[in-house]
Amino acid sequence: MPRLLLFIPLLLFIILGGFLWKGLSIDPRELPSALLDKPFPEFTLATLQEPERIVSKQDFIGQPVLVNVWATWCPSCRQEHRQLLAIAQSGKIPVIGLNYKDERDLAIEWLQQLGNPYQFNIYDAEGMLGLDLGVYGAPETYLLDAQGIIRHRHVGVLTAEVWQELQLIIKGWDSVKN
Amino acid sequence: MIPEIGEFALIIALFLSAVLALVPMYGAVVDKELWMSYARPLAKGQFLFVLISFLCLGYAFSQDDFSVIYVAQHSNSQMPMQFKLSAIWGGHEGSLLLWAFILSGWTLAVSLFSRTLPLDMLARVLSVMGIVATGFISFLLITSSPFLRYLPRFPEDGADLNPLLQDFGLIVHPPMLYMGYVGFSVAFAFAIAALLSGRLDTAWARWSRPWTNIAWAFLGLGITLGSWWAYYELGWGGWWFWDPVENASLMPWLVGTALVHSLAVTEKRGVFKSWTLLLAIFAFSLSLLGTFLVRSGVLTSVHAFASDPERGFFILMLLAITMGGSLTLYAFKAPNVKSESNFSWLSREVLLLVNNVFLTVMAFTVLLGTLYPLLIDALGMGKISVGPPYFNAVFVPIMSIMSIAMGVSIAVRWRETSAKLVLDKLWLPAVISILCALVFPIFYGSGFDFRVFIGISVSLWIISTVITEFIGKFRNTQSLSTKLKQLSFSYYGMMLAHIGVAVTAIGITLVSSYSEERDMRMAKGDSVELAGYQFTFHGTHIVTGPNYMADQATIEVTEDGKAVVTLHPEKRRYNVKRNMMTEADIDAGLFRDLYVALGEPLNNGEAWAVRVHYKPYVRWLWLGGILMALGGLVTVADKRYRKQSGQQELTNA
Repeated sequence: MPRLLLFIPLLLFIILGGFLWKGLSIDPRELPSALLDKPFPEFTLATLQEPERIVSKQDFIGQPVLVNVWATWCPSCRQEHRQLLAIAQSGKIPVIGLNYKDERDLAIEWLQQLGNPYQFNIYDAEGMLGLDLGVYGAPETYLLDAQGIIRHRHVGVLTAEVWQELQLIIKGWDSVKN
Repeated sequence: MIPEIGEFALIIALFLSAVLALVPMYGAVVDKELWMSYARPLAKGQFLFVLISFLCLGYAFSQDDFSVIYVAQHSNSQMPMQFKLSAIWGGHEGSLLLWAFILSGWTLAVSLFSRTLPLDMLARVLSVMGIVATGFISFLLITSSPFLRYLPRFPEDGADLNPLLQDFGLIVHPPMLYMGYVGFSVAFAFAIAALLSGRLDTAWARWSRPWTNIAWAFLGLGITLGSWWAYYELGWGGWWFWDPVENASLMPWLVGTALVHSLAVTEKRGVFKSWTLLLAIFAFSLSLLGTFLVRSGVLTSVHAFASDPERGFFILMLLAITMGGSLTLYAFKAPNVKSESNFSWLSREVLLLVNNVFLTVMAFTVLLGTLYPLLIDALGMGKISVGPPYFNAVFVPIMSIMSIAMGVSIAVRWRETSAKLVLDKLWLPAVISILCALVFPIFYGSGFDFRVFIGISVSLWIISTVITEFIGKFRNTQSLSTKLKQLSFSYYGMMLAHIGVAVTAIGITLVSSYSEERDMRMAKGDSVELAGYQFTFHGTHIVTGPNYMADQATIEVTEDGKAVVTLHPEKRRYNVKRNMMTEADIDAGLFRDLYVALGEPLNNGEAWAVRVHYKPYVRWLWLGGILMALGGLVTVADKRYRKQSGQQELTNA
């Protein structure tokens, strides 16, 4: 019997190895937010375009919004930009930008070139708000309800399909209200 | 030309390590002295060629050879020379090369400083290290060569190293850490060699003890440096984040701590052999697992090295071979668990067993916390992440109980001790530490605080038991100096390390209970009060560094009207990647740090967001870490090891 005990470490390792093997094929970016169904973290930061304008959570509470984390160093952000413009034009939901660990001049230039889908942009050069939000990288998009509670998080490019999904969630809220 | 020589040298090193893995091992199996005697020269050859390869990469960095992809991605012509050179290990490929280089260095050291080791044992040990080296060098060559070129067109200048890493901390932290990680390969190789030869006597434990202690000390130093670096460089005053990469270094350290103690029991009393072997295998396996976690992209982390599933797969295979192989060997050849000698319930053996169990449990707790998101995900149960609350909830109670056991273990003898003797020795330290801990928070803080009470009482308990035990040694001696000389270096090292634990615990307790911080908008002339200090902001001016421009603020600190210090935190903008960096300025002190960091400019630079911290006793955290490491190194100077391995001078260094 004691002999068999010595096999326990091997057994544990085999189980662990199995999980690690499986882990390799899983996309770690598909993590839900730890803040799901929790209020958006408090912050006071300057906006991107007007450094003297300080914004906080109160500036978008009261209506559902999309908060989009982006940066000029992020190629996928360029990819999703067209979709963001379309959402902004549809007028269905305001889009707030969270410019993450970025350079102010470059970011402003980017918006001038590609168009600006954002109502305003929170300028988070230090990534402190990103840290509070648990941002893994850009792009990420958060759907907030009118109370400022995070209801959905999407990591990666915001595609037309994802937008469909988000619209369904928003519609769900409207029907509850009526 | 030079980078190609580097690549070629690495290929030669791969062949040498493959031969090292096979020939001496085969010699040991068939008992042929000639084959076994190849081990030493092969170890030297392998070191030489990895060294050449390493120097070639260093040369490419120093000469700004941006045709080499790795150099172009991690360096820039404007960077100061010391950062160009430390950029060698600023990315994935180079840090693996550093890994291989340090591994070959340890292999060389074993071949040089083990003259009294029987030849077959040496052959097996070096062969096992050769197996590990073969795995790692092929990993380097197949998936991550640092010598690949941009051809025919290459960038005119490099992309610069991440500014976070352009710092003294990066020069020293990774090599120290890797010295520890890789150093456990020696203990591992000794354990495997002992299992293979079936000679599980106490000699094996004595041989591997000094190596294990050095590796453990380096790993501890590496972790300490990492924590210190994070504290001053990341700009928000945190010193430990339970980040997967940090956990990856903490796990081998915890198991290594258990191993250091378990080896002591095995050497002195011949017991717990199966434990010691298992811990030796685990310590190194966790080092490898750490590498896997960091490099494979299985877990995301703020350390954000490039990660890649192909590399992850390769490391997983390495892990499967070394860990699976060694645990299988262990299962078949480890001595039966019950073959232990006699000792009573109140003996040092039992307390060290408790120590083994607790440290292993802690390491598994960290492993679980680190892998939990992955496990849940793989089981299809959704995605979650565990944060610091989980780790703190588990760590603090276990650490407190262990600290109590630490105090007791010092007073207890091998084999058996009478309860009365133990009580006689321990009542005074117990009373002193509880009383002091009751009084301290009332005087130092604003009132009684349970967390502070626990932290301070266990720390004082450790210190006071060490001191009483030390004084007890002199009770029956006339001459102080003879007795001081009589006590062994092992004994001094042990006491030093235990006091280090207490010092770190005091630091952790006080800095987490009594830190104060404020974020505020400050214009020229504004001032703020924090913990009795007055911080006055005198505006900013522009300074120019070698590869950055910075806004440097002047903040004057006074206490009761008397000047304390003037701090100059900076907001840097690096020229190449154009990213901003916060360079905090810290007035360090033994009892408190004043820490100031610049946030964002507001109103077009008229005012700034400023973050001010007051961090009591934060230095004790790292001071304790240094004491522990120092303790580990002191033990190696013990006469016992010098006798058994001739002129083993290097191990003293």
